[in-house]
Amino acid sequence: MIATQNLTFSYSSEKSFAFPDFSCADRETMLILGKSGKGKTTFLHLMALLLKPTGGKIQINNQEISDLSVGSAADFRAKNVGIIYQKPHFVHSLTVLENLLLTNYLAGKSQAKDLAKHLAESLGFAEHLHKKTTQLSQGEQQRVSIARALMNKPSVILADEPTSSLDDDNCLKVVDLLKKQIEEIGASLVVVTHDQRLKDVVEKRINL
Amino acid sequence: MNLLKISWSNLKDKPLTSFLSILLMALGIAIISLLLLAGKQLEEKFTRNVAGIDMVVGAKGSPLQLILASIYQIDAPTGNISLDETNRLTRNPLVKSAIPLSMGDSYQGYRIVGSNEKYLQHFEAEYESGKVFSEPMEMVLGAKVAKNLELKVGDTFASQHGYDKEGDVHEEKKFKVVGILKNTNSVLDQLMVTPLESVWAVHDEHHEEEVGKGANALKLLEEDTSPTTDDGHHHEEESKEITSMLIKFRNPAMGMMMARSINQNTTMQTASPAIEINRLFALMGFGIDTLKIIALVIIIVSGLSVFVSLYNSLKERKYEMALMLSMGASRTKLFFLLLLEGLIISSIGFVIGIALSRLGLWLMSKNVEQNFHYDFNVLSLLTEELWLFIGALVIGLLAAAIPSLGIYKIDISRTLADE
Repeated sequence: MIATQNLTFSYSSEKSFAFPDFSCADRETMLILGKSGKGKTTFLHLMALLLKPTGGKIQINNQEISDLSVGSAADFRAKNVGIIYQKPHFVHSLTVLENLLLTNYLAGKSQAKDLAKHLAESLGFAEHLHKKTTQLSQGEQQRVSIARALMNKPSVILADEPTSSLDDDNCLKVVDLLKKQIEEIGASLVVVTHDQRLKDVVEKRINL
Repeated sequence: MNLLKISWSNLKDKPLTSFLSILLMALGIAIISLLLLAGKQLEEKFTRNVAGIDMVVGAKGSPLQLILASIYQIDAPTGNISLDETNRLTRNPLVKSAIPLSMGDSYQGYRIVGSNEKYLQHFEAEYESGKVFSEPMEMVLGAKVAKNLELKVGDTFASQHGYDKEGDVHEEKKFKVVGILKNTNSVLDQLMVTPLESVWAVHDEHHEEEVGKGANALKLLEEDTSPTTDDGHHHEEESKEITSMLIKFRNPAMGMMMARSINQNTTMQTASPAIEINRLFALMGFGIDTLKIIALVIIIVSGLSVFVSLYNSLKERKYEMALMLSMGASRTKLFFLLLLEGLIISSIGFVIGIALSRLGLWLMSKNVEQNFHYDFNVLSLLTEELWLFIGALVIGLLAAAIPSLGIYKIDISRTLADE
């Protein structure tokens, strides 16, 4: 689960954000809708501990994480938070499988080759495991980045505009996949997006 | 999955850039290592052959040439000196031993040296087969000569005048092989040794031929300029000549005085092997130093190439780095990841460079052996090369460290949000 209270952040005195409170239980999906410039990515980075909030609190699995030091925040994030970025980025020189295993390696966990294969099969890119990521289509890359977010079996998955570059069919497919995966590992899913198509498939949502 | 694997993948991902960096490093290392090896082996060879010889007496000319011809058998002899005159020297109580040498003929490119048994004893030669020569026209062969020319005890052949393969052949007098030596790792391995008398015998005939052909004018001139009696002239006709004499003193310091007296009072000159060889190495050293500087510049350019390629790729890979940071990698870990790329390039470059230098030395020794009958021992590893390895690693490390410090300046959130 993940929850926030009175979260604020400011880049400068002119540019500051105050975010609404929310909480998202295990196996639940929370949609955070907002137009460009409303601080969607900032909100997501705060939850991911990539930014330190100016004020307010964040709990993941009932643990207060807003006051963790930089080092322990990185460690906590690696083990408990899976992030899906707007554009799928990978370590260019590594293969799909190596990119997935890298997640385990950097989090200091044992490398789960079987899990990677299982995810590749259920997300439909099993035949691409030994290719370079650049050889895959945009949709395939997006599915690989979903698999990557799941590699450490995190308690929270944060997705930043995961569907913005996808057509209607693929958009719904990706959301379905995500929901199925969090069901399987018992994680909470927070999706930050301006994509109105998702309104109809996710029940819980807040607007920025 | 580990840092080494990621580094290696990154290098493989840019094969041309990595290849260039490795190639430059390998070239620099190869040149320096080749110079070290060749210099070392040459010095060893030169000092081993010089052992036990304090002074060489020969005809006036270049002292370095005299040393090179008499001790190393690689330059042409300076000219001839009278055996009588040198024999007078050997009676001097300062002289411990004296070995006469008579050179100028060859067979199939290998030099024939007229001398006596003492020359063989000087190199502590042992016999593979046969025995020492006991009369003129008998010959003892160095190990390499016998092997390369496939000669054995009992074979006969005629020598040639001079060191060209096209020299006049002394057909009338044939040499007979009576002994073959074991390897001594000295110049003796490339020589054919025969008693002094053989050389005189071969050249007496040669001399007569020349006289018949038209050296009469010279003979007349000689008669004109020497107003000696018939008796004296006759004596000169019979006097034997040698090329040079290797001398060992009882007391080298006192020997130097004797050398000065020879240089001032006779038509001969003396040369000290130690001094001449030092002079030679000083001359070569200048060239070697220049080459070393060139090699060093190449190695530094290799470091620059690593620097530029990492600097550029770090700009491209900024997002990648931020991504790995967000996935739990520490900045220090990523810093090491990039350092590793420099270290891998240095190490591979070093290994290839060392291999290249051995290949180069091998080719050189083939070539040198053909021309000078000098060979090199190819496979030894020098302690200097360990320092070279450390130097290469330091350059790779420095070249990688400077651009890699950029890792510590990456703003993870901004970099990830930017695209």
